[in-house]
Amino acid sequence: MPVEILMPALSPTMEEGTLSKWLVKEGDTVSPGDLLAEIETDKATMEVEAVDEGTVGKLLVDEGTEGVPVNTPIAMLIAEGEDATAVVSAPSATPTPPVASAVPEVVAVVVSTSEVAADPDIPAGTEFVKITVREALRDAMAEEMRRDESVFVMGEEVAHYQGAYKVTQGLLDEFGEARVVDTPITEHGFAGLGVGAAFGGLRPIVEFMTFNFAMQAIDQIINSAAKTLYMSGGQMGCPIVFRGPNGAASRVAAQHSQDYSSWYAHVPGLKVVAPWSAADAKALLKAAIRDPNPVIFLENELLYGKSYDVPVLDDYVLPIGRARVVREGADVTIVSYSRGMEHALEAANALATEGLSAEVIDLRTLRPLDTATVVASVKKTNRCVTVEECWPVCGIGSEISAVLVAEAFDYLDAPVTRVTAKDVPLPYAANLEKLALPGSVDVIEAARAVCYRS
Amino acid sequence: MERNAKMAQNNLHVPSNVARPGDAPDFSSVPLEPAGAAARPKIDVAARETHDLSYGLIRVLDDDGKAVGPWDPKLSAETLRTALRHMVQTRIYDNRMLRMHRQGKMSFYMTSNGEEAIAIGQGMALRDEDTLFPSYRQQGLLFVRGRSMVDMASHCMSNARDNLMGRQLPVHYTWREGNLFSISGNLCTQFPQAVGWAMACAYKGEEAIAASWIGEGSSAEGDFHVAMTLASVYRAPVILNLVNNQWAISTFQGIAGGNETTFAAKGIGYGIPGLRVDGNDVLAMHAATTWAAERARKGFGATFIEALTYRGGAHSTSDDPARYRPKEDWGSWPLGDPIERLKTHLIVIGEWSDERHAQMEGEITDQVLNDLKEAEGYGTLNAAPRPDPVTLFDDVLKDMPPNLKRQREEFGA
Repeated sequence: MPVEILMPALSPTMEEGTLSKWLVKEGDTVSPGDLLAEIETDKATMEVEAVDEGTVGKLLVDEGTEGVPVNTPIAMLIAEGEDATAVVSAPSATPTPPVASAVPEVVAVVVSTSEVAADPDIPAGTEFVKITVREALRDAMAEEMRRDESVFVMGEEVAHYQGAYKVTQGLLDEFGEARVVDTPITEHGFAGLGVGAAFGGLRPIVEFMTFNFAMQAIDQIINSAAKTLYMSGGQMGCPIVFRGPNGAASRVAAQHSQDYSSWYAHVPGLKVVAPWSAADAKALLKAAIRDPNPVIFLENELLYGKSYDVPVLDDYVLPIGRARVVREGADVTIVSYSRGMEHALEAANALATEGLSAEVIDLRTLRPLDTATVVASVKKTNRCVTVEECWPVCGIGSEISAVLVAEAFDYLDAPVTRVTAKDVPLPYAANLEKLALPGSVDVIEAARAVCYRS
Repeated sequence: MERNAKMAQNNLHVPSNVARPGDAPDFSSVPLEPAGAAARPKIDVAARETHDLSYGLIRVLDDDGKAVGPWDPKLSAETLRTALRHMVQTRIYDNRMLRMHRQGKMSFYMTSNGEEAIAIGQGMALRDEDTLFPSYRQQGLLFVRGRSMVDMASHCMSNARDNLMGRQLPVHYTWREGNLFSISGNLCTQFPQAVGWAMACAYKGEEAIAASWIGEGSSAEGDFHVAMTLASVYRAPVILNLVNNQWAISTFQGIAGGNETTFAAKGIGYGIPGLRVDGNDVLAMHAATTWAAERARKGFGATFIEALTYRGGAHSTSDDPARYRPKEDWGSWPLGDPIERLKTHLIVIGEWSDERHAQMEGEITDQVLNDLKEAEGYGTLNAAPRPDPVTLFDDVLKDMPPNLKRQREEFGA
């Protein structure tokens, strides 16, 4: 029986990669451990080893092919006596598709009740291109660095390695070492440098490899960056962006998986942005870099590789502090942000097949929170489900719930229901991890419950 | 719980070799190298070449009041008299403010008695465009830069004239115009910020530098170590100063690590030249700072200066030093009183007299009393006027967000 060699995953979050080089050719005999090919992703390069003994019957993917999905057969190994020609007709396995995200068409609806300026209009006929969140973030930084010489980026692995998650790809080449600054491993240290440089008139973008590592920098972020404008009587402000992935990725356990949304959203003197789509990530990061205040910009590793439509415009900037109604509906309002939006929209799709029409709101900014948009929606639907990867206690959903009780109490036909992570440190094992994190099924169940459907 | 026999004869070392109440003051560990003995290296000296300077003591004023040796900054008599005036003003202001605290006009105060030569000597060696990131006891920097005492006292009394609008503890001065950055209540946070500011100066191609001060106690904070590492890595144009006044409230300098090495010597480990300077010798402080500033401006990077001194008063108005150290400690401090030493020097070189000194003290006292009285007219801790309530919501962000606008409206403003 011919044996299929599949495109391997270098990490639990990898969905595709480049087959950069074949190290064997058809007809070669291989033993377990022999190197077969080089695989490359934006994060790393890895060699693929043979697991079985046999002869390379057929190379199914040309070297240099980009975007090869994980688990696609890339070669066939045949045993002694088997005919290579048989391989060609062998049934080829269907590549395992990545988990269906089933994200529906995005509908932009401007709600007039918000106190923050609306999103700028995108002119009719504007071209849209599909780019990843990772590229969108990089483009935002590059555009702002071209526009303003006082903008620079600093952090671990941002320069020569092009970013631990490749978000700063290409910036070193364009802007040089004085503006794309590699730092030693001291989040507290380079956060302090950034705060000082911001006081000194520059506009630093401080990249944290993940926000988990930023806990030791939280004194500089909160006690200095957030409070100095106020405590100095308005004399000294701190225009700085702290950005990096936040929340759970896959299989990295509790110390690498925490969602800090509600921690930072709690603090006066900070703005907190947590975008979902690539267009929002780009336009809001540009806004964050221009903002005269310290901005916490919470990204999500699992969204970095996702592609979304981004308008091709010279300078597309969104206002911080403005939520967006991503999908209109009548029966229940689902409020989320960042990766929670994926669960929310999947749930909305599923609920539609049951005859329930869900309105989905992407908060986008967590401080200042656009409560007006949420309240207006709930006054229409009379029910609300919040979705986040934070723990339940004092989470973003808790705040939304309190606001709705205060401002839309008479409109509520059911208790506001929070879908959150379980109240445990995130476990490592895949089955436990899945149980601990919220998913679309939890959202569907919560929506049914507030609509009194069983 | 049963007593553990091994624990009873524990081997844990906790430093405690310091005189406590009832003991005779003991400063036998303070190095008293003769003034003028320390070499003055070139500004591009390698950190490892500063071993002797970081374990010895740079002194200029000798026991006879003469300025001697290679570190003598050779300041004009006029400059020396200015330094003396600032130092005397600092002490009179401090002691008057302490009395006002006792009268309930402010909630908290910290004097810099005995440490005046550090802020004054260093402040006078820097340029106005250099940004200062001080700690608690460098109020002398404000006098060097010409801040009005009415404004300083108004801040401390948190009155209607307080430029910090009633949002910050007394003595946590912030003065943007004078390039004096906000003093942080979280000790040492200003150290990496000064390095970042200095790097921004370098990036912008400016000649300005940054200088920061911490106490020896907070050199155990992580901020100290990251600031030293980063200043060294990026060769930041910054002067990092550690004021070793022997005491962090009741904790003596051995608890912060001063028994095992000198603080100055820590610089060498990071690749930063370390200078240990007689902090009660205003000429030595001026000279070391001039050297470090030139080094920073010429692109050779940071310098770490330990100023050896003694905290003459309490830590703050909240503690009583008689509970944790001998009463006669300050009077026995072998490096003397910084004001007396400069005064003696000026008299020795024929540029000053006891009469002129007494006259100057009288003038400054009058001015302090006059200015503090004026400041009280803008309100005190216990008497109106006070900060405008409507400003409560200002400056949280540069632009007031909707939630604060709502809160302000509910508040009736």
